[in-house]
Amino acid sequence: MQHIALLARLGVTEAELERFREQLSNILENFQILQQVDTTDVPPTSQSIPLQNVTKDDKVAPSLPPDDVLANAPQREGELFRVKAVLE
Amino acid sequence: MQLTIHEAQQLLKNKKLSSVELTKAYLERINKVESKVHALVTVTDELALKQAKKADQLIAQGDTHPLTGIPAVIKDNMCTKGVRTTCSSKMLENFVPPYEATVVEKLNSCGVVTVGKANMDEFAMGSSTEHSAFFPTHNPWDLNRVPGGSSGGSAVAVAADETVYALGSDTGGSIRQPAGFCSVAGLKPTYGRVSRYGLVAFASSLDQIGPLTKDITDCAIVLNAIAGYDKRDSTSVPSPTPDYTRCLTADLKGLAIGVPKEYFVSGMQSEVETSMRAAINKLEELGAKVDWEVSLPHTPHALAVYYIIAPSEASANLARYDGVKYGFSYGDTDNMWEALEKTRQFGFGDEVKRRIMLGTYALSAGYYDAYYLKAQKVRTLIRREFDQAFEKYDALVTPTSPTVPFKIGEKIDDPLQMYLSDVCTLPINIAGLPAISIPAGFADGLPIGMQLIGKPFGEETILKIAYAYEQATEWHKRKPEI
Repeated sequence: MQHIALLARLGVTEAELERFREQLSNILENFQILQQVDTTDVPPTSQSIPLQNVTKDDKVAPSLPPDDVLANAPQREGELFRVKAVLE
Repeated sequence: MQLTIHEAQQLLKNKKLSSVELTKAYLERINKVESKVHALVTVTDELALKQAKKADQLIAQGDTHPLTGIPAVIKDNMCTKGVRTTCSSKMLENFVPPYEATVVEKLNSCGVVTVGKANMDEFAMGSSTEHSAFFPTHNPWDLNRVPGGSSGGSAVAVAADETVYALGSDTGGSIRQPAGFCSVAGLKPTYGRVSRYGLVAFASSLDQIGPLTKDITDCAIVLNAIAGYDKRDSTSVPSPTPDYTRCLTADLKGLAIGVPKEYFVSGMQSEVETSMRAAINKLEELGAKVDWEVSLPHTPHALAVYYIIAPSEASANLARYDGVKYGFSYGDTDNMWEALEKTRQFGFGDEVKRRIMLGTYALSAGYYDAYYLKAQKVRTLIRREFDQAFEKYDALVTPTSPTVPFKIGEKIDDPLQMYLSDVCTLPINIAGLPAISIPAGFADGLPIGMQLIGKPFGEETILKIAYAYEQATEWHKRKPEI
């Protein structure tokens, strides 16, 4: 559980971990039903429509104005998003 | 009032009423009932009156669309430029999109009047609208019961007459289940029929936008306005859209309808089953040829397939909420990793965290083949089963939900029980098919919905069946007293 929370970069409290552990094992147990299904030679489906490799022309088009894009930034500096130091 | 789109349109066209008057009446109604039902996160009264004035000018010039000047509510996971779009999450509580979703752009070009943004389960994850980070929405048929979810706010806004119609989104039943619980019509179009551009992503291979309306004619009118190819959504399908109002005829002769027996599950409420049998008998009376013995043997596997695939896609989609570009940001630390984890800890609610954990687990090294890949393979089998059924039948019919609306709080502590309330709707998203829920009865004053499932891009057939049933019954005319 702790490892999964770390992979998801999700802060969780001890109490939450305990609750999730119980609930998720109950749900995962229910998923065992799939192991009864024979899927030999069955290809996986990732989406339900017969489109493949949708491409578009590489054309220059106007983007949103920087001020609009940055308007929701928790912290900005000029025309940049401000982030905390990655390397210390 | 309880006006449909086509009724309101006649009043506007014959100058019996202006859009400004109509809009004011709806804003007053919102004022009166919102404190009881809590369907809306944001009431956009200023915007609505501005749009109504513009609509009145268009009507005066004779330049109109069937939706011009008519009030609408939009689920709060569709981007509205300049109007906050919260997904009913603390994470996006103050997020004001810099652009419009394609569906909103399309409605705007029809001269729509937006009166509000609808409450929902946080990030559309839930079946009761109790997982909204702000407040639960109440069912107008019994205020102690849930309206279904995740588009509970949209369904209630329509049922409680706070709007003429609404848009919702449906990933595993999120339009149809609340439509059934509130006795309104709710259509999930075929995956790819309506652009998802500007819809905040939950599970990208399952999400689809659709209308919630007071009748089937309205459903067709709204689908006409929002359907179609959009180059900004690479999964939208470049095939022409018909005029969906032209298929609405009251005769079902020559249509073959199948009843998959696996949908009459154990644990189904007996009143729901009785209503369903009566409704299907009615379809037979109207000329359809009904086969009661259809079997879709992989139906019991759909719940597990869905609750592996949807959370897996969600865990990837929701990785974007990092507190850097927009949304809630935990600032009380200099450590980047701590800020990221705390942002997500305080920004997301319980159900969202649960699904992120579940999806991350299903995709993690060592478990990917057993869960995610296995689910994708069973997904293929489920789709094949539907394809085979549609070689024989024009449509399939099932209940929308196994029960009538449950009590607020009843399932909130038991996620698996909550997931089971979508057992009849989620196989349809797995297969990417169109389906509609329509009013089909009541048990002790609580609504029962019937689900009609169509072939890929077969919206016309299910609308036609729904319309014929509606013309022959009175369920859709019953309105809740609030």
